[in-house]
Amino acid sequence: MAQKLYISTSPHIHCGDTIERNMRWVIWALMPALLASFTVFGVGALIVTVTSVLSCLFFEWFITRFILKRPSTLGDLSATITGLLLAFNLPSNIPLYMIVVGALVAIGIGKLAFGGLGNNPFNPALVGRVFLLISFPAKMTSWPVPAGLATSYIDAQTGATPLNLIGQIAGGNTAAADQLPSLGNLFIGNIGGCIGEVSALMLLVGFIILLCSKVITWHIPVSILTTVAVLTGIMWLINPVLYVNPLYHLCSGGLMLGAIFMATDYVTSPMTFKGMIWYGIGIGFLTVVIRYFGSYPEGMSFAILIMNAVTPLINNWCKPKRFGEAVK
Amino acid sequence: MSFILTAVLVLGLTGLVLGLVLYVVSRQFKVEEDPRVGQILELLPAANCGGCGFPGCAAFAEACVKRDSMDGLKCSACKREVMHQIAAITGHDIELGVEKVAVVRCSGSCANRPALRSYDGAKSCAIANMMNGGETGCFYGCLGCGDCVSVCTFDAIKMDPDTGLPVVDQEKCTACGKCAKACPRNIIELRNRNKMDRRVYVSCVNKDKGPVAKKACDVACIGCGKCVKACAFDAITLENNLAYIDFEKCRLCRKCVDECPQHSILAVNFPPKREDAPADPVQEPVVEQAPVVEQAPVVDEAPVTEQAPVVEQAPDNSVEQNSAE
Amino acid sequence: MNTFKIGGVHPEPNKLTADRKVETLALPTQAVFPLSQHIGAPAVPCVQKGDVVMVGTRIAEPGGFMSAAIHSSVSGKVAKIDTVVDASGLRKPAIFIDVEGDEWEPSIDRSDKLVLQTHKTREEIIECIKDAGIVGMGGACFPTHVKLCPPKECQIDTLIINAVECEPFLTADHRLMLECPDQIIIGIKVILKALGLDRAVIGIEANKPDAIELMRSKTAMVSGIEVMPLMMKYPQGGEKQLIEAVTGRQVPPPPALPANVGCVVQNVGTVFAVYEAVMKNKPLIERIVTVTGKSVKNPCNLKVRMGTPVGQLVEYAGGMPEDTGKLISGGPMMGRPLLDETAPVVKGTSGVLMIPEKEAARQTERNCIRCAKCVQACPMGLEPYLLASASKAADWECAEDHWIMSCIECGCCQSTCPSRRPLLDWVRLAKNRVGGIIRARNAKN
Repeated sequence: MAQKLYISTSPHIHCGDTIERNMRWVIWALMPALLASFTVFGVGALIVTVTSVLSCLFFEWFITRFILKRPSTLGDLSATITGLLLAFNLPSNIPLYMIVVGALVAIGIGKLAFGGLGNNPFNPALVGRVFLLISFPAKMTSWPVPAGLATSYIDAQTGATPLNLIGQIAGGNTAAADQLPSLGNLFIGNIGGCIGEVSALMLLVGFIILLCSKVITWHIPVSILTTVAVLTGIMWLINPVLYVNPLYHLCSGGLMLGAIFMATDYVTSPMTFKGMIWYGIGIGFLTVVIRYFGSYPEGMSFAILIMNAVTPLINNWCKPKRFGEAVK
Repeated sequence: MSFILTAVLVLGLTGLVLGLVLYVVSRQFKVEEDPRVGQILELLPAANCGGCGFPGCAAFAEACVKRDSMDGLKCSACKREVMHQIAAITGHDIELGVEKVAVVRCSGSCANRPALRSYDGAKSCAIANMMNGGETGCFYGCLGCGDCVSVCTFDAIKMDPDTGLPVVDQEKCTACGKCAKACPRNIIELRNRNKMDRRVYVSCVNKDKGPVAKKACDVACIGCGKCVKACAFDAITLENNLAYIDFEKCRLCRKCVDECPQHSILAVNFPPKREDAPADPVQEPVVEQAPVVEQAPVVDEAPVTEQAPVVEQAPDNSVEQNSAE
Repeated sequence: MNTFKIGGVHPEPNKLTADRKVETLALPTQAVFPLSQHIGAPAVPCVQKGDVVMVGTRIAEPGGFMSAAIHSSVSGKVAKIDTVVDASGLRKPAIFIDVEGDEWEPSIDRSDKLVLQTHKTREEIIECIKDAGIVGMGGACFPTHVKLCPPKECQIDTLIINAVECEPFLTADHRLMLECPDQIIIGIKVILKALGLDRAVIGIEANKPDAIELMRSKTAMVSGIEVMPLMMKYPQGGEKQLIEAVTGRQVPPPPALPANVGCVVQNVGTVFAVYEAVMKNKPLIERIVTVTGKSVKNPCNLKVRMGTPVGQLVEYAGGMPEDTGKLISGGPMMGRPLLDETAPVVKGTSGVLMIPEKEAARQTERNCIRCAKCVQACPMGLEPYLLASASKAADWECAEDHWIMSCIECGCCQSTCPSRRPLLDWVRLAKNRVGGIIRARNAKN
C-alpha cells in the first residue's frame, strides 16, 4: 500500500463543487454587463472597474494578513466579485479616491469586520455603495449619458437617467415623459446610470449563465421582478399619467442588477425557497415604495440592505417542507 | 436669551421628573438579594467553568448562601484560602478534600503507537470515537482531536504537536473536571495532587489482551500483573487486562514503576533516583519510556534534592513543560 | 417517471460492473462470523471451540426478539470465539471457523431446479425466514421476520421490492435480477403470502433498462406484481423515498415506520434469500458482492460465502490499487470505511469499493457560505448547515427541534457542500446525543 487508508465516514465522494467554482461563474455572468458598460460609457467604466477591483483585492489582502493575521483569502475570489459589483453600482465619472474609500468600507466594514466570508449580514458591495451615496451625494447622483467608446472619464457629460425621469413624472412633471428613452434603448442599455445596471439584456444573459451553472436558483430574481412588476403595474393602472408602465421600471435603475447579482448573494440571502420568495417580495415592495415615495430616485440598494437585516428572521420563520410533515 | 432659559428649564425639569420616576421604580421593584451573594461573587474567579456543578459562578454563590451547609459545594477554580473565606461569609464550616489534578492516562504518542490509518473527518474526539476504533491498533487510546483542549476554560491543557497527546499544565489546572468529561474514552482522570504534586499512575487505558495491546503500542499495559504483586499497599488492581492504581491508597513508593516491563506506569514530579541512570520519567507527557538519558529536562534538574523547597521545583517543571510544547 | 419530491443529488453512476456476470469466489481458509450482523441484539454463539460444522449449520441463536440467527457458510472446525474488527470499525465478538472441505447440511436442496410452490402457511413461512437468519440485504440488515410481522394496528396494502440500487458503483442487485429473475418472482409471491397481500411493486431505477425489461416480461403473466421504473436520483433507494415514489405517501418522522403508511419494503437480495430459505431450505450463507473502483484492475460481481475476508475479494479483483485512498464496505455515499482487509463479508456487505486517494481525501473545511445547497439537496427537508452548527455548539435541543432524528444519513448534504464542511459527521454526533436524550425521556415516562 502506497499510503495509509483514510477512515473518515460517509459520504466518501463529493460532487466536486467548490466556493471558487461558484465565484468563477458569477464573474463570467458579470462579463456581458461589463462589456456593455464599456460600449456605453467608454474609458470611464474601465477605469472605475479596474480601480474598484484592485482596491478591494488590496484591502482584503492587507486587512486579512496584517490586521486579522490570517492567511490570505484572495483565492476564493469573493473580493474580486465585491470589487466588480461595487464598480457596477457607481457612475463612470466618479473620482478615484471615492472608489478607494468605497472599497475600504465595503471590504473592511461590510465584510471583514464581521469575520470574513460567510459571516457578514449585509451585502458588502452595497454597504460600500450606500456609504458613498451618503458621503458624496453629489458625485454619486450625477450620471454620465451614454457616450459610446468615449475616452472621457471625470469630465464626461452628465444628464438625467431614466429613473430620474420616472421620479419627475411621478412628481407631476409629465413633460419629462417625452425625454424618457425608448423601451428598446432601456432594454439594451443605451441609457445613463451606474456602470453595471444599464443593460437589462446583458444582465439577463448573466442570469441565464448563473442558472445554467447552478450557482443560483430562479426564486429571488423572479420574485423581486414579479413583485415590482405587479406593484408598479397596479399603480400604472390607477394613474397611467403619473406612474409609468412597469416595463420601464424593470429596465431602469439598479433593479435588474440588484435582483440578479446583489440580492442573490449567498451569505446574505435566506436559506429556503419559501424564504427566498418572501425576501424577494420584501425587496420588490421596498424598492417601489422608495422609488415613488422616498426622496432617492433608486430604492434598490436600501431595499436589499433592509431585507438583508431581515434574513435571519426569515430563516427562522420559513422552514423547508419536512418529509412526512403533512401526515404528522 | 429667553429661549435658552426655556430650553434649560424644560430639559432640566424633564430630567428631574424622569430621575424621580426611575428612583421610585427602582425602589418599588427592588429584588431583595442577600448581600452575601454579592460578597461571595467578588471572591469567585468568574470563570463560569461549571466545575462546581452549577451553571456559572452566580448560581454557585446563591447556592452557598441558600444551603444549610457547605457540603458538596466546592469551587475547584479558586484557592483553598478563598473557599475558607467563602465558608466564613456563609457562617458554615467547610471541609476541603484533597486537591486534585487532571491526569492524561495515555502515553500513546506518535512514536510509541504508530498510526496505521488516517482519520480526516471532523476534528472532534466525540465524533472520531463514535465512528470507528481510530488510526492506531489501540482502540482505547487518545484520539488527538483536542476536545479536552477546547473545553478547558483555564488554558491548562494543550496538544503537544510532537506526541499528539494532550499535556496538562499542573499550575493552571483547577481539576474542574471538564476535560475528563469531554474525553469520550475516559482517558483523563482527576487524581490526587499529593505533596509536591507527585503522582504515580498507569498511563494506559487499553483493555485488550496483552499481545494485542503490545502490538499496538510500545508502552501499553499488557495486564501482566507484576505491579499488583509488587505493591505493598494493595493499591493496584487488575481488571480487563488493565492495571489501575488507586490514588487514595498509593503511597508513592514507585516499586510498581520499576516492575512494569512495559514502562506503562509513570511517576511524575519525583527527583531522579540516586543511581546514575534514573529510570523514572519526571516530566509528563513522556515521549520515551526508555532511560532518562534521552530526556534533557530531567538532566537539567539533576541537582534537585529532596530538601529543595516545593515551590521551586514545581515551577521548573511547568516551565520545562511549556517550552516543550 | 415517478420519484421522490424533496431534495436528492445526482452522483456519477460509475456502474463499471453492470455487464459482468456473477462469478463464484473460492472458499476462504478461515471464515469469520461477527455476532452482530444485523439491527438489534447480537446473536449468541451455540458452538464452541473444536465443534465440527457443515455449510448451513446454525452457529449462533438470535439474541432476542429483534435479532437474527447466524449459520456457518463453510464446513470445518470452530477455531475460536474471539474478536474481529468488522465494518463498524470496532472490535466485535465473532466466531472463527477453519475451513475444511465443502460439506453441506443434508437438508439443504442444492439442485438448480426451480421450486414453484410451497405448502407452508403464513406463520410457517415467517418461522422459516427467521430460522434461516435472513436480514435486510440492502445494507440496513433489519431482521426480516420482524419486518414481516408489522404492528397489528397497521393496515398493510403494498409490498415494495427495492431493486433501485441507487448507490454509485454497486451492481449486485442488478446482476441478481438479470441472472435469477424467476427465483425473485417466486420469492415475492412467498412474501406476499407471508403478509397476506396480493399486490407488490418492484421499483427499479431507470439506469437498468435490461433489468426493467426482463422483470416486466417475467411479471407479465403474474397477477399482482408490477414493475415500476423510477427516475435516477440518489437516494431513490432509501426506504422512505422509495415509498413516496411508488405510492405517493410520506412516512411520518420517527418513531413512525413504513408500516404506518401501509407499506413493507424488502430489498431484492432479501427476496432471493427468502426464496432459497423457504423453497430450498437454505439459510443465509452467501451473497453477491460487487468489487469495484475506478483503479481496480478486474472489477467484478462475486458470489461470496459469508465470513470471507474482504482481502480475498480484493485479491480476486486484481489486488488493491496503488493509489487507493479508501476501502469501503458498501457504496460511496453510505458505505462504511474499512480499517483494513481483514474485515469479513457479512450479511449487509453489498459491495467492496476502492476509491483512489485523490477522490477519497477530504479537502480542508472552510466557512459556511450559506449557499443553501445542503438544504436543497436534503431529501428529508432538513437544514444540514443548521444541524451541524447546533451539534458543534452541543445545542441538542435546537437539533431536536429541527427534526434531526429524521435524518437518514444519506450524505447528500456533505457531498454538495462547496465549503467541504463535514456536515454529516456533526449531524451523526447530534443524532447520537439527541437519541440518547429521547430514550431517557421515554424511559422516565
